[in-house]
Amino acid sequence: MTETGCKDPVILNLWHPIAAVAETAPGRVADTVLLEERLGFAIDDAGNAAVWRSRPGLATGDRVEPLEVRDTLPAKLAYGYLWTSLGSPEEIFPIPEFAEPDRRRLNAATIGVNVSAPRAIENFLDMGHFPYVHTDILGAEPHTEVKEYDVEISIERDEILATRCRFFQPMASTTSSGGADVDYIYRVPHPYCSVLYKSSPVDEKRLDVIAVFLQPIDQEHIHAHMMLCVLDEENEDKVIKRFQQTIFGQDKPILENQFPKRLPLDPRAETPIRADKSAIAYRRWLSQKGVTYGVIPALG
Amino acid sequence: MITLYDYELSGNCYKLRLLMSILGIEYKTAPVDFYPGREHKSEWFLKLNPLGQIPVIDDDGLVLRDAQAILIYLAAKYDPSGTWYPRGNPALLGKISQWLSFADGITATASAARLHDGLFYALDIDAARAGAHRLFRILDEHLWFGEREDRDWICSAPSPTIADIACFPYVMLSEEGGIPRQDYPAIRRWCDRVKRIKGFTVMSGVFPAGPA
Ligand SMILES: N[C@@H](CCC(=O)N[C@@H](CS)C(=O)NCC(=O)O)C(=O)O
Ligand SMILES: [Fe+2]
Repeated sequence: MTETGCKDPVILNLWHPIAAVAETAPGRVADTVLLEERLGFAIDDAGNAAVWRSRPGLATGDRVEPLEVRDTLPAKLAYGYLWTSLGSPEEIFPIPEFAEPDRRRLNAATIGVNVSAPRAIENFLDMGHFPYVHTDILGAEPHTEVKEYDVEISIERDEILATRCRFFQPMASTTSSGGADVDYIYRVPHPYCSVLYKSSPVDEKRLDVIAVFLQPIDQEHIHAHMMLCVLDEENEDKVIKRFQQTIFGQDKPILENQFPKRLPLDPRAETPIRADKSAIAYRRWLSQKGVTYGVIPALG
Repeated sequence: MITLYDYELSGNCYKLRLLMSILGIEYKTAPVDFYPGREHKSEWFLKLNPLGQIPVIDDDGLVLRDAQAILIYLAAKYDPSGTWYPRGNPALLGKISQWLSFADGITATASAARLHDGLFYALDIDAARAGAHRLFRILDEHLWFGEREDRDWICSAPSPTIADIACFPYVMLSEEGGIPRQDYPAIRRWCDRVKRIKGFTVMSGVFPAGPA
């Protein structure tokens, strides 16, 4: 049987990221794939954007005025990325810190990964892998224990929130000067996006913000857009990007070796070690929303 | 002091980090925003390497490009044991060069496939993967016969040479380009031996050897 695109109304009606604004040549047609559909898009210097289902006459690289393209899909610039939807999207989730003027706002990279979006979100939420996968950066033996933390599904905001997370990190960011206990907050405000907040080494009252926005190509392939919104006045952009890419490059083979590639939502499907507290909440939340794309839905 | 113009996710840069780690050579890293910044095509970088490729090193004013060329230089200059590039053994040097060139073929196929899948390079992915499998088959067979005659490494020497370093990274990263290695058992055993070389270091996507 051949796949015939996404039929999941929950996913179709969401905003999805399709490109980093910083990496898009202004006034030129570019193309990508979202939920198995070929899309064309363009952004001009003034920040006007258009997204459309690919069609002859608008070829990649052509000059184009986004405002003049007809028959378009919803388009929105947010957090440094172009977002679109194949359905009728509501407001995009807020990240208020993005507006703080003293932050560095960067696209660390957009990387293609052979995995479902939910598997990648679940890995992002899991602190247990830090010492083993991000050795001497985000964790180190013998500090392997994930201490008790809180998880809630916020009904009013319709997102998952994990708080009071704490982990010893040898090198938490580009501004670290050595190992420290780092506080984390995780938000999952969108089935395929997560935002984490971690202690800033330069200002103990504030938090660095790192987000992954996953563009589903199909059920088992994503483009992972990595947004950084951090406090760092010392390092060049490329140094900050490199730090994040190093970490993501360590996760990539782990993600690509997950089996099955889609996330099983049946609570009995996998061992509780892999599915820790925030993972259980995430799976339950996806089930409650009725998400079927990129997951193996629970029976019954 | 050596400066390495480096991008973390580049297997060609990793070849040099790996040899310098094994030989205990100190160096400085000059990060190049290869992706997404394409800094290797910027004006300042093209002055260093008109080919617009990483890696490049600068060793007190000597600027060198090409990972294989740099491996030769580093081993010839900084390896007191003389085993990584045995200058007095012409037959062995010939074989090493042969496999260094083979390593460039791995870059053109397995590395290209990885750039396609991960960083969206536009290229013929089927041709890249098929080319990598062809080279892996040749390497696997070569290593398999080696094991029959007590040769652990790519070249016939009692210890590894720069040929092993040059071939290792993009073999090890091949799965990121959709090139599985389950059909190459001798390659898998050789990768494990490389990981046990004293001074071995990892890059993102390469994990240390498991317990023996
Ligand atoms: N033969 C060269 C090839 C180096 C190479 O392909 N480098 C890649 C990155 S790992 C690169 O800079 N590619 C850009 C290009 O070829 O335009 C070497 O071994 O150093
Ligand atoms: Fe990770």
